[in-house]
Order: sequence, then C-alpha cells, then structure tokens
Amino acid sequence: MKLRPPTGRRLANLVVSLWAGASALIGMVILFWILYVVVSRGLGALNLDFFTHLPTPPGMSGGGLANAIVGTLVLTAAATLLAVPIGLMAGIYLAEFSEDSKAGDYSRFSANVLMGMPSIIVGVFAYTLVVVPLGNFSGYAGALALAILMLPVITRTTEDMLRLVPNTLRESALALGAPRWKVTLVIVFRAAKGGLITGVLLAVARVSGETAPLLFTALNSPYWFHSLGEPTPNLTVTIFNYAMSPYPDWQQKAWGASLLITVGVLIITVLARFFLREKKV
Amino acid sequence: MTDPSRSIPIMPAYYDTASPAAKISVRDLNFFYGSQQALFKNNLDIAPQRVTAIIGPSGCGKSTHIRVYNRIFELYPDHRAEGEVWVDGQNILDPAQDLMELRRRLGMVFQRPIPFPLSIYDNVSFGLHQHYRLSKSETADRVEEALRGAALWEEVKDFLHRPGTSLSGGQQQRLCIARAIVVKPEVLLMDEPCSAIDPVATAKVEELIQELKSTYTIVIVTHNMQQAARISDFTAFFYRGHILEFGSTGEIFNKYSLLEDIPRKEHLDSLLKSARPLGTSLS
Repeated sequence: MKLRPPTGRRLANLVVSLWAGASALIGMVILFWILYVVVSRGLGALNLDFFTHLPTPPGMSGGGLANAIVGTLVLTAAATLLAVPIGLMAGIYLAEFSEDSKAGDYSRFSANVLMGMPSIIVGVFAYTLVVVPLGNFSGYAGALALAILMLPVITRTTEDMLRLVPNTLRESALALGAPRWKVTLVIVFRAAKGGLITGVLLAVARVSGETAPLLFTALNSPYWFHSLGEPTPNLTVTIFNYAMSPYPDWQQKAWGASLLITVGVLIITVLARFFLREKKV
Repeated sequence: MTDPSRSIPIMPAYYDTASPAAKISVRDLNFFYGSQQALFKNNLDIAPQRVTAIIGPSGCGKSTHIRVYNRIFELYPDHRAEGEVWVDGQNILDPAQDLMELRRRLGMVFQRPIPFPLSIYDNVSFGLHQHYRLSKSETADRVEEALRGAALWEEVKDFLHRPGTSLSGGQQQRLCIARAIVVKPEVLLMDEPCSAIDPVATAKVEELIQELKSTYTIVIVTHNMQQAARISDFTAFFYRGHILEFGSTGEIFNKYSLLEDIPRKEHLDSLLKSARPLGTSLS
C-alpha cells in the first residue's frame, strides 16, 4: 500500500477551516454593523424628553415616545402573564406526564411548527379572534398575539430543561411518598429553575421586537396608555410608522426606539445566559 | 440458631424462640424491562427488625428486586413486575395499593446521595409534610430527631438553612437517611448506600445501620461482600435474576467462600443450572 501524499489533505484542511472561519466572521460583522448603525444614529435621539414626553404632531420637533415605551412594557408583561402559566404547564406535560404518548408527540410537533410560524400570520389570527368580534383594535388582541408567539418557546425550553433533571432526583422524592405533581412543582422545578427562567426570558426577547403581530391587533396610538381595551401605543409599530415618514425628526426617533429595543433585547439575553450558567453551579 | 436440614424451600429461614412472621414475603416475582426479563421467580422472606443483605455480581437484579418493594420502578412506563409482594399480609403489587402510604412505610436510600435543591432542614421536612399535619415546633422536633437518628445532627445543627448540596458526600448520604426515617417508616430499603461515599463515611453509615435495625426492618443491596458479612443477619445471593441462595449470613458465608466464587462465572452458572427453578434454596 502506498501512502497518499499529504499535500492534498493539508490543502483541503486549509480550505475548509478558512471557509468556516470566514463564514463565522461574516455573521459577526453583520451583527456589529447593525449595532454600530443603530447606536450611532439612535444615540442622538435619546434624551430626557424621549423617555418622558408624548409624541409631537408631524413637522414639530421635540416630544418623546414615553407612551410607546410604557405600552410596549405593558403589552409584553400581559403577553408574558398569559403565556408563562400555559407554556410551563405544557412543558411539564411533555416532560413529566406524556410518557411518550401520541398526544405528547402531537403537542411537541405543534409547538415546533408554531415556533416557525411567521408572526404576521399569528397577528392575523389574533385579529380575527379578537379584533373582528369586538369591533376595535385593542391591547388585548396584541397581548394575545405576542403570547401565542411566546408559548412554543416557553413550552419547548421547559420540556428540555425538565428532561435535563436526572430521574434519580424524581425517584428520591417519589420514594418519600410525595405525589407526582408535588415532586414536579417543588423538587424538579427548583432543580431546573435557572433553565426555566432562561426560557421565559428568551421568549420575552423573541417577542419584544415583533411588529407584524401588533400591526393588526394593538395597532398604535399617539396618546398615553389607558387600557388594553383600546389601541395601545408601542415601540415597534411606532418605528414602522416613523421610519417611513418624510419627517427627519420622526426618522431620528425611530432610530432612538430601535436602539432602545436592541439594548433591551441585549440585556434580556445576557440575563438569560446568566441564569443558565447559574444553574450549572 | 439455624437449622441445617432446611428441606422446605419457601419458609422463613430464621429461627428465634418464636419465629416472627416475615415483614415482607416475595412470591414468584418476575420483572421485565420492556421485553427483557430481569428477575425470575424470586421468593424471599424478609425478617422484621433484622438486616437482610442482597448480594451478587453487578447486573444480577439486586437493585431491581428491592425497587419492586416500594414500586418506584413504576416511574418508567415500560418496567413491569409480576407476582406477589406481601408486606404485613397485604399484596402491595395490587393496583389498588395506595402508593403514597406504601412509600411512607417503606423508605428508600439510593446509591448516590441526591439532596433535594432545598435547605438541609427542608430536605428533611419535605417528606414529613407529605404525611403529617404538624405545627412548626413539632416539625422542628421531628427534623432534629431524624437528623440525630442519622448521626448528622451535631455536624449540621448550626447550618440547617444551608443548601443540602453544600454537605460532603458522606454527610449527604446521612441526610438522605434522615430524610427517609423522618416519616417513621417500618422498612428501610438501601440500594448500595455506601458505593458512592468514602471509607470513613461508609463506616459511619454501617454503624448507623446497626443502630437503626432495632427500630426498622432493613434490606440492603451491596456489592461489597465484607460489608454484607459485617452488618447483615440474613443474606440473599442473587445471580442472573435468580435467588441462588438464601439463609443466615453466617451460614451463607460458611457454605460458599463467596469472595472466591463471585468472579467464577462458570461455577455460578453450574450452580444456577442445578438450582430448582422455584426454590430459594439449593439443598
């Protein structure tokens, strides 16, 4: 047997590693490019008025997006309140009670499909479900649309995190005569706490930048947030409207709002990583 | 104390002045992991307030056998037990058996100490709250009593609110014992309780077992022959899912030099072949 000369292998190795490295670099460059543009254009828009004042009519300078900031926080909080209990329980069912049944397989598959569902479709769904029967755009519809988007993320991370908890822990608790639900909610949940918080935070990060599902539901509003029963001001639809407007002042505010959301998502993601790491200790 | 002419296979193998009824009687127990059978026609009597050791080479069904007693195997849907396990005259494999009550009466200590992600105090009180309605001070008394019973109190009394995982391996195992005895069980099932802890901690746990046996019926699975000889009154010798031999520990260790026989698979296989399929005895 004759050994193959190493030149070819070395060359192939070099090509593949350079290719992989360059691809990774492209991803990084695009991310930092976006961050750079958002920061450099948005930073100028951020001042005290931006956080405390209502928007001004077109053409007038000054004012802020305080109402949209509050509205986005309320919408996200409402969606989280709606999605977390259902998502956690669905995850519990998949990990602890489905015992690889058909029903479990179907729900897991549905969650996976829902995770890849275009968000605009979810918006239209919430529109037909809430806006059409009630006859007006409302924060409820917006919160519902966001909650539907959060649901599969929370469900699947909850299932994965609970499955990481070793069965020996479940056995120890069951062997003391504890009922299954208590073993899950008191012992297994606590063991998976970091991962569960991470799942919720990632779901929040996922929806806090969503525009499409809010266009048909919460819509937007230039006034202070009153109740979820009426159109609710929010940052993403504001960005959508302002960015396409012909007024330089509005365009700058759109950059400012973009920066705000980007920083928010960044903070949530860092927090999520922090909680996930804490779990491993 | 023992009767050399054990001719009737299914009989309590211990003889006191008046032989007490067996605490646990296993009859024709088969066990399956999916379609693979792991236990074959096991028959065994566990004497009350004695230590019964279950020994045998690894993978021979020792743990599988005691995991039937508290039906903990039912966590896994494809595990299945067939036959009868009588505890105080009650067949606990009956589907109507209340599992929570069964598991209060038969406590279990596992191979690896696994504290709950709770404080030391809450690790012990967790099981207590499942079964008893107690005031705060009563709970505190019972937790202290259990920790003393597990010879851990002096070491942890000042850190009761630290997480259970902050203890050393040996301390964690005694915490698990405290957790098991706090609910006042009748039987303690110990699944290789010393295999994951150091020799000093092992000595402490063994000493503890000697103290506990005045109160509890203890069944201990061990792969350590010397340990079985040191601490047990009766020994069941498992091989390939069969109970090859059962008797008083002295008798078993006199009859076989187990330390030599265990590694010789051919010898054990021939013993198994000559064993009666239904009996617990080879005589």
